[in-house]
Amino acid sequence: MKRFLSAVLFFVVLLFLWQAFFRAKIWSSVLLPSPLQVANYLKGAIEDGTLGHATVITMRRLLIGYFIGIVVGLPLGLLIARWNLLRDTLGTTALGLQTLPSVCWVPLALLWFGQTEAAMLFVVVMGTLWSVIIATETGVRNVPPIYRRAALTMGSKRLHIWLKVILPASLPFIVSGMKQGWAFAWRSLMAAEIFVTILTGFGLGQLLHYGRELSAMDQVIAIMLVIVVIGLLADKIFFSPIEKFLHRRWGTSQA
Amino acid sequence: MRRLAARSSSASQELKVIAPSKLAIDNVSKSFQSASGTVLALDHVSLQVDEGEFVCLVGASGCGKTTLLNIIAGLEKPDSGNVLADGKPITSPGRDRLVMFQEPALFPWLDVFGNVLFGLKLKPNLTNKDRRDVAKYYLELVGLTRFERANIHELSGGMKQRVALARALAPNPRVLLMDEPFAALDALTREQLYGDLQRIWEERKKTIVFVTHNVREAACLGERVLLFSPHPGRIQEEFAVDLPRPRDINSVDLAGYATKIIRSLRKFSEERREDGR
Repeated sequence: MKRFLSAVLFFVVLLFLWQAFFRAKIWSSVLLPSPLQVANYLKGAIEDGTLGHATVITMRRLLIGYFIGIVVGLPLGLLIARWNLLRDTLGTTALGLQTLPSVCWVPLALLWFGQTEAAMLFVVVMGTLWSVIIATETGVRNVPPIYRRAALTMGSKRLHIWLKVILPASLPFIVSGMKQGWAFAWRSLMAAEIFVTILTGFGLGQLLHYGRELSAMDQVIAIMLVIVVIGLLADKIFFSPIEKFLHRRWGTSQA
Repeated sequence: MRRLAARSSSASQELKVIAPSKLAIDNVSKSFQSASGTVLALDHVSLQVDEGEFVCLVGASGCGKTTLLNIIAGLEKPDSGNVLADGKPITSPGRDRLVMFQEPALFPWLDVFGNVLFGLKLKPNLTNKDRRDVAKYYLELVGLTRFERANIHELSGGMKQRVALARALAPNPRVLLMDEPFAALDALTREQLYGDLQRIWEERKKTIVFVTHNVREAACLGERVLLFSPHPGRIQEEFAVDLPRPRDINSVDLAGYATKIIRSLRKFSEERREDGR
C-alpha cells in the first residue's frame, strides 16, 4: 500500500510540474499543451470512438503478428538446437537478422505487400520471430545434461523429453526472448504505422502521425501516453505474472 | 507396509509388487579417450548381484565405478562384455533400473510432488489417482509429506536428496543405482540418510548398487563391499559385511570392517608405488 501511494504521489507531482511549466509560458501552448487539453482530447477521442478503434486495429496487428512469430519461432528454435546442420545455417541466419533493427523491414514489406495489413503483420512477425528463435535455442543449450539423463532413466524418451523436460527447463530463456520479441514487435509496428497510411485501418501510429500533420500537440502527446500505457499494461498483465512464477519456482529472485 | 489414509486398492496393489532384479556383469570392458591417451576405465570386470542385495562399490576417483554404474543404468555402452538384468541384456535406460545421482537432478519447474510424480506418469496401467497415492506414499516414506507443494530451491541439500530418493523409488524399480548420492551433504544429514536408506531398503526390498569413495559409508550400507582399483579399473577385493541392521556408522564393529578395507586399499597403492607405476 505504501509503495502504491508513493507511486501515485510521484505521478501527481509530475502532473503538477507539467502544469507549472505550461503556466510559466516558457514555450508556446502550441508546442506544450496543458494536461487539461490533453485530457480533453483523450475524452473526445474516446467518446467519438477514434481512440478505441485505432487501439483495436493496432492491437490486432500486434497480437496476430506476435502470435505467428511465437508459433513459428518456438519450434524452429527447438529444431535448430537439435540439429547442428540447422544451427549452422538457419541459426546463423536468425542471429544475423536479429541484429537488424526490425523497422528496417518496413521498406521491404511495403514493396512486397503494398500498403496492406499483410505488410504490417510482416513487420511484426519479423520483430518477434528472430528473438524467439535465438532465445529458445540458447535456452535448450543451457539445459543441464543431468536433467536429460535423469529423465531417460525414468523411461522418458524422445518427444516426451523435449516436451516435458527440455522445453520447461528452457522456459526462463524462452520467456525473456518472448519479452524481447514483444518489445521489438511493438516498436517496429509503431514505426511502420507512422510511416505508412494503411487504407484498411487507422492505427495508433497513424493517429500520432496525423497529430503532427495538423500540429495538434494535444493529440500527439495523448497518443504517446496511450502507447506508453499499453506497453506498461502488457508488461504488468502478461509478462510480470509469468516472470514472477518463474522466479518463485526457480528461486532466482527475492521479490 | 505403512498405512496411508484413503489409498485406492489398485494403488495398494502397485505398492505390493516387490520384485528386485538379479544383475550379471560378465567380462565388461570400457575405455575412454582422454588428453593423455586411452584410459581403460573397466578391464574385464565381472560381478554378480543377487535379488534384493545391497552392494557397495568403493575406490578412488577414476577407478571406473561410476562407469560401471552408468553401464548398468544403460546410459553408457560397454566396449565388450555383457550386462544382464534378470537374464535379459541391458541395451538402454529403463525405469526398472533407476539412478540417483550425486546432484539431486530434481526438475526446478515442478514442485516436490510433481518431481515424484514425473516417473510415475510414464508408467502405464495406473490411474492418476493411483499415481498420486503412490507418490504420497513415497513422500511419507522419506518424511517429506509436509513439503509436497514446496519448490525445489526452498529445500535443504538433504531434503533434496530425499526427494530424489522418493522420485527414484516411486516407479518401483527393480534396481536402484546410487552414484555417491550423499557425498555433497553435511555429516549429520548424511547419518540420518544412512538410517533412512537402510530402513527403506528393508521395507521395499530393492537390489541396490551404491557407488562411493567413502569406505565407512560402504561398510555401513552394503552387505557386500567391492573394492575397485584404478588404471585399469578392476575389482581388487571383496568384503562381506556381516552386521545386524540398522547399522550405526559410528559403531566399533563397523570401524573394524572399514579398517580392513582401508588397509587393503593402502596395501594395493603401496605395491603399485614399489612397482614404479
